[in-house]
Amino acid sequence: MIYTILTIIIALFIIVIVAKPFGHYLAIVFDYETVSFKKTIYPVERIIYRLSGIKQNTQTWKQYALAFILTNGFMMILIYLIFRLQDILPFNPNNLKALEPTLAYHTAVSFITNTNQQHYSGENNLSYFSQMAGVIFAMFAAPASALSISFAFMRGLSGKAFGNFFVDFVRAITRVLLPIAFIMGFVFVFLGAPETLGPSVIAHTIEGAKQEIARGPIGAFLSIKELGNNGGGFFGANSAHPFENPNGISNFIQIILMFLLPTSLPFTYGKIIGKKKQGKTLFIAMLMMFLIILGITLVSEYQGNPDINSLLSQNTHGSMEGKEVRIGIGQSAFYSVVTSATETGAVNNMHDTLTPIGGMMVLCNLLLNTVFGGVGAGFINIMMYAIIAVFLSGLMVGRTPEFLGKKIEGKEMKLIAVTLLMQPFLILVFSAIALWFPMGYHSISNEGYHGISQIIYEYTSAAANNGSGFEGLKDQTPFWNITTSIVMYLGRYFSLITMLAVAGSLSTKKLVPESSGTFQTDTAIFGMILLGTIFIVGALTFFPTLVLGPVAEYLTL
Amino acid sequence: MKEVRNLFIPIIRMSLIILLLCGLLYPLVSTGIANVLMPEKAEGSLINNKKGEIIGSKLIGQNFTSPIFFHGRISSIGDNAASSGSTNYAPSNPNMIKRVKQSILDLKKQNPSIQVNKIPIDLITNSGSGLDPDISLQAALIQVNRISNETGIDKIVLEKLVKKHIEGRQLGIFGEEHVNVLKINLDLFKLMNK
Repeated sequence: MIYTILTIIIALFIIVIVAKPFGHYLAIVFDYETVSFKKTIYPVERIIYRLSGIKQNTQTWKQYALAFILTNGFMMILIYLIFRLQDILPFNPNNLKALEPTLAYHTAVSFITNTNQQHYSGENNLSYFSQMAGVIFAMFAAPASALSISFAFMRGLSGKAFGNFFVDFVRAITRVLLPIAFIMGFVFVFLGAPETLGPSVIAHTIEGAKQEIARGPIGAFLSIKELGNNGGGFFGANSAHPFENPNGISNFIQIILMFLLPTSLPFTYGKIIGKKKQGKTLFIAMLMMFLIILGITLVSEYQGNPDINSLLSQNTHGSMEGKEVRIGIGQSAFYSVVTSATETGAVNNMHDTLTPIGGMMVLCNLLLNTVFGGVGAGFINIMMYAIIAVFLSGLMVGRTPEFLGKKIEGKEMKLIAVTLLMQPFLILVFSAIALWFPMGYHSISNEGYHGISQIIYEYTSAAANNGSGFEGLKDQTPFWNITTSIVMYLGRYFSLITMLAVAGSLSTKKLVPESSGTFQTDTAIFGMILLGTIFIVGALTFFPTLVLGPVAEYLTL
Repeated sequence: MKEVRNLFIPIIRMSLIILLLCGLLYPLVSTGIANVLMPEKAEGSLINNKKGEIIGSKLIGQNFTSPIFFHGRISSIGDNAASSGSTNYAPSNPNMIKRVKQSILDLKKQNPSIQVNKIPIDLITNSGSGLDPDISLQAALIQVNRISNETGIDKIVLEKLVKKHIEGRQLGIFGEEHVNVLKINLDLFKLMNK
């Protein structure tokens, strides 16, 4: 327990130190006014621009959004084709068959939307070519897309031109994702993750049995999986698999990588809009929420399952079901909270086996989708809540609400209201459908209240583009493939586009001069109002569902 | 429409270039370098016997069933490393309680000297991956009596063996103390064949 607390303190210490300079680095990376990396990366980028026919012109928000949607759409088709044709493509030493159409479609949507929900097991279903050209490719493309959008959004808010999607996308890869992933890949291999294109090996054990061991290019896969908040596992067991998380230190590094981009973006934002204090306010507000959720999860996981404790003459054992010995209860719980807060979706223990309250906290992170959130998308979601908080505050004092000197009016609020309603609409409506029809509820593997949690978790994870699951759910069916694809798709593109539209609308407005009556958005009071807004909106929307699922399970244990 | 058409060329070309760069070049170069610098780890930390045959991976748990060896954790997939995963039993799942009760009975049968309140939690729960290579120190120690009875090796020797195989937290902080079942059984195997 003390070591877990120490781990958490060290992790947060590193994040607090690194987030700000890294956030400022990001601001430089995506700055259009000064040319940086003139002699190193820029020449490489110029080659990419030239080969691709990218003109580097400034786009309007609509052109930017269109480029984003169409690029992702084309990439999705590419990935789909790779999954469908993997039996005739190279690097398939274990002779795996092509994925069936709905599964290939679901997997393609899942990876390009940064969700990484998996209805297959990597080692049994994907060739090395699919893992590389399909999955790893998407693991770069999806976070690079969201990072680009978040920069366009920030530029729009600060009154600058929106920039060019292709330039941002290339920069996100060449200046952020690829260099870090490349180095960290070797660190993971050093710690024990395999990195090979050789087939599975057969071991002859000393008991005389045979054991087949699946392998693959896992180090390189692992680094971008965590850094890009992707979270899809090379293996079915994800980061619980010893090859995908060999020891305590690899576990710790994965946590840091998941945290890196989402915690840095508030500081980037502060720098770009020229109000550093505002970025800090957002960071602290998110951190407070994170710590509350983490604390509750840890207590619940250390208390364990009362039914098992009673079999062991009332000794309190933590919840060890679905966890790994080398990582332990506390650091597994920490990982779970981070992976859900950052919408990564990698798991080092089975979330289905979490204690009811532990599982509910993880689910809350997905429902709120603002406790840092995934690369880019999470930040934009936080900004949505910030504008709602400003709007509510304005209504309370009877003033037209202003954000960054721009009036928030009917048009923006309509867009935001629709965005806000989209997520509960997707989660609740589809959960209701799944609970209504046998195609849905027959997939439940843990009957009773937990079954409801399994279904809600699956759709929430899809809507929040997280990708983890209560994996007992038998979701490899056309019903689940198709419905979750719809949820992932809308969960991703709808909110990013509407929020870009909000920035587009705000960017054309005149600046209102600041006066003594202006509501300051970089104070502790604003931080509290923001937290209150998130809590009230989130709690009001999802409280009944949480009562039906995890709370009921907790009370009946 | 012209606007959309103007986007097509960069979209198609850039996607293909990034696919080549990130989807093929990156993992292939990484694999190449890793195999030169760290071949043993890159291949999966495999263990060979004297004849050069693979007998397992340091990182992957094996399903030891014979009473003369240390046993690992419960695996619903029988430690079949061609796949991975577990049953995903919820805390409220009655099948899990049934399984735990059975495990406790089995442990008591195999190790009659054991007290119920000394049973380590990791031996009666399914690991997440189904391939957990490790057990806790306590889980190794409670098996010493049984192995000593079965093999005739002195308890003190076995306890020493367990102590030798404790792998601590990394940098003294990260992860949990554990004993790697395959590694300790390999040493045990050597002791038996002396």
